[in-house]
Amino acid sequence: MNLSSALRTPVGMSRRHFAQHIAGSAVMASTAFSFGNAIAANAEELRKNRKSAILLWMGGGPSTIDLWDLKPGAATGGPFRPISTTGNMQISEHLPLLAQQMHHLSVVRSMSTREADHNRGRYYMQTGYVPNPNIEHPSYGSVIAHELFDQRKELEIPPFVKVGGGGSGPGFLGMAWAPFSVSSNGQVRDLSMSIDDRRLAQRVAALDLIESGFIKQTRVGVPAAGGPASEHQKVLRKTLDLMTSDQMKAFKVAEEPQEVKERYGERGFGQGCLLARRLVEAGVPFVEVDLGGWDNHNDIFTTLGDRKLPELDKAMSALVEDLAERELLQDTAVIWMGEFGRTPRINQDSGRDHWARSWSVVAGGAGLKGGLAIGQTSSDGTEVESEPYSSEDFMATVCKGLGISLETTYTSKNGRPMKIAGGGKVIQELIA
Amino acid sequence: MRFSDSIRRCFRLIGCCLWPLAIPTGAVFSAAPASLPPQVIEINSVIEQQWRDYEIKPAPEVDDAKWGRRVFLDVIGRIPTVQELTEFARDRSPDRRQNLVEKLLEDDRYAEEYAGHWASVWTNVLIGRSGGTERGSLTSRDGMMKYLRDSFAANKPYNQLVYELVTAEGATKPGVEGFNGATNFLADKVNAEGAVLATSSTSRIFLGLQVQCTQCHNHPFNQWKQQRFWDFNAFFRQTRALRRFVSGTNDIDHAELINQDFGGEGGSPSDALIFYELRNGLMKTAYPVFIDDTAIGVSGYVSDVNRRQELGRLIVESPFMDKMMVNRYWAHFLGHGFTKPVDDLGPHNSPSHPELLEYLAGEVRSNSHDVKQLIRWIVLSRPYQLAARHASTNDIDDPLLGEAPKFSHFYLRQMSAEQLYQSLVSASGASVAGSYERQEQERRQWMSQFVTAFGTDEGDEATTFNGSIPQALMLFNGALTRQAISDAEGGFLKRVIAENRNTRDRVNQLFLAGLARKATRDELSIASKLQAAREGDETAMLQDMWWAIINSNEFIMQH
Repeated sequence: MNLSSALRTPVGMSRRHFAQHIAGSAVMASTAFSFGNAIAANAEELRKNRKSAILLWMGGGPSTIDLWDLKPGAATGGPFRPISTTGNMQISEHLPLLAQQMHHLSVVRSMSTREADHNRGRYYMQTGYVPNPNIEHPSYGSVIAHELFDQRKELEIPPFVKVGGGGSGPGFLGMAWAPFSVSSNGQVRDLSMSIDDRRLAQRVAALDLIESGFIKQTRVGVPAAGGPASEHQKVLRKTLDLMTSDQMKAFKVAEEPQEVKERYGERGFGQGCLLARRLVEAGVPFVEVDLGGWDNHNDIFTTLGDRKLPELDKAMSALVEDLAERELLQDTAVIWMGEFGRTPRINQDSGRDHWARSWSVVAGGAGLKGGLAIGQTSSDGTEVESEPYSSEDFMATVCKGLGISLETTYTSKNGRPMKIAGGGKVIQELIA
Repeated sequence: MRFSDSIRRCFRLIGCCLWPLAIPTGAVFSAAPASLPPQVIEINSVIEQQWRDYEIKPAPEVDDAKWGRRVFLDVIGRIPTVQELTEFARDRSPDRRQNLVEKLLEDDRYAEEYAGHWASVWTNVLIGRSGGTERGSLTSRDGMMKYLRDSFAANKPYNQLVYELVTAEGATKPGVEGFNGATNFLADKVNAEGAVLATSSTSRIFLGLQVQCTQCHNHPFNQWKQQRFWDFNAFFRQTRALRRFVSGTNDIDHAELINQDFGGEGGSPSDALIFYELRNGLMKTAYPVFIDDTAIGVSGYVSDVNRRQELGRLIVESPFMDKMMVNRYWAHFLGHGFTKPVDDLGPHNSPSHPELLEYLAGEVRSNSHDVKQLIRWIVLSRPYQLAARHASTNDIDDPLLGEAPKFSHFYLRQMSAEQLYQSLVSASGASVAGSYERQEQERRQWMSQFVTAFGTDEGDEATTFNGSIPQALMLFNGALTRQAISDAEGGFLKRVIAENRNTRDRVNQLFLAGLARKATRDELSIASKLQAAREGDETAMLQDMWWAIINSNEFIMQH
């Protein structure tokens, strides 16, 4: 083992170069590693699944009866008026820009779920499983990242990026599939190390020695994989990939032209949507952008009309239109949802409370039809009057649109087989 | 090709020649000293019986140095220095582990760190990691910390602590007239939406009863009904948090938590009821009634009935408080509570060791809710002496697989952000000098990078200090690491150089400081290769090694 051979390699800052330092360093032992392989692999890539998904997560439980499924004239209807759209449905008057994009998006008005607590609802909608104290299920993002990552050998940045907010994690898939959380300005803290790549490679060699020793010592005669110590090692690998990658420039949302930034809206959510587009362009299979503040138990109509809906309208319409203009929408699913809807009945504080029995979600792009209103609710919005759909069904539909096989089955850590999307059935009307 | 792919390939090739490691096997705590408290003996007997029932062979005992690292981290919130480890190693008596526990709990040297550590832990429990950090917040994080530090420094009995937190009145901010830091638990939880947050937090944190779902409807899996929620809620209706402004501005300076007469929602203060709505829109009424059906006076006049004082009294009389205390402390030390989540003791969530939980709950009550006693019982018990070694002889004991914990090996877990910070600061002086306030400010700023909110009214939050990439980046490249590995004169690495005669001793000291063990032969060998790569610059090599150590799983984990 002769570390000093790494010294003779000239210093350079590109990632490939860095990887060669690692591979070439005798500490790590040398192995065949050439550009030729990578290029061959890339050619193969072209035939693979290029699809991505962007989840717009509305934390707090958005009032879908005031956005997508209005009940004008009903006691539960509230003050908002419906307007026509470019799709085959009407939506809230406070979403005029989105109304011009609805031929790309469909509204599923017949969601009917049972979880009306924030944490349980979030878990259920983001994993397709109800919370269970004995197991943690992977979220949408982790599942889709996991399924599509291996088909993108060239991707060096994390396959699941989360912009703003908190959310469900990777569950039993392990921390290597956890969301990479950034703020909406795309700034990644502590990205660069002030030493040259050769020295970094040497430090990593020492680190690996300690890490592997610890794994051996803490797991004896049981598989190392899955233990917390080896999870840590996997995350370090991904971190090094990203630190040394030119692809990180996708996060530099500030480099977009001013008019593009303005088009999306310069608040956090708008910039987050813009960042999502950049990441999808760079090949990231799953991006989640969070917009919180939908938990409107009080004074809901002022909050929605003055603040939430204009912010959503601007950012989401810009995203859909921009993706379509760039011909990315056909490969990019756009999903809009929260943990549940809100009570049709308006409460004593002019608010609406948690409601899971009848509510809406929105989706389009990537093999999903636009312009449709699927399912319907009763005239006061309190009941679903067509076939009710669950989180599992919606997730299965999105996976189908993304070309992920619904026969995909994971084995949880305790050996139970788990079907992707909780075994949900595809909403056929949505499939293009 | 990703960088990680190249590493993986390389390691497959060299994996065999690097291992096995020579793991230093220090002395173990084999002969249990005769002076163990009866509670420890009872814990051991229940836990060991379950091992026999499940035919599990527990992990071997952990060696003294690693146990010392473990107990420092859990009791005072940081890893031991090399001097402290050496001092511990000098004690060869059979009671040495007990002696160390006594030292950490009772010696003046550690009083401040003990109180500071538990104040951090409880601040996160009571107001979350983000409590008091946002604009417009009525909570003073400093006030919360100060109250808790003083309480733990005085080893205030747990029941008294709970009573004070539930009933506190006064100003939130230190230095202000009428300051009472205990008010910060409720300051941001009483004003909005009729104090529903005060209701769900108080019942969950102190009684282990999760009621947040029952605010709006009866819950199918929870014994609590909607009526119970609002009955409990009625205890908080005399309470308000008043804003106090910086004079001449609209900036909030602090808040004052007060009790005032509650007129009731029916217009009669002497019969101060509240209304809540059923799902179908029907209105129902509620009065203050405790979870065991004990009702208190219905008057809303504080002079007749101080509702929060009544609630405080009922909580400290409740056996659920004792169980919750035991479960929380047990989970703190052993990584898993008797229930998961730790603060759900409802009938739908049966504990892994119900009789042990009951027994310890009874013992804390008959020992005056002495927190330090409970800590002694847990850290001297057999499960806490075991190595973090998951093997084929106890492979079924894996709570990560959803199995109820059997505590037959020490469950590996990541340090908290607070523990990591204090450990780096103490191991390598990576901190600003200066007053407590200055250091606390620095620490808090560092901590804030890991908190994200969920956007709900319930103030839910998550931490990205969870083993994910942002955390790895911070430890790779962040300012704290740069300070820790600094080669500045008078810094940690220069001291390591000055204090040791040769390179080997210096490398060993780094391993002791970070991992409570000496370097293995392979690790020494890679150190000398690194030194060659650094063209003989020993300080640079020590920087590289120290960087590798503090980034390792072995450092970041409690084990």
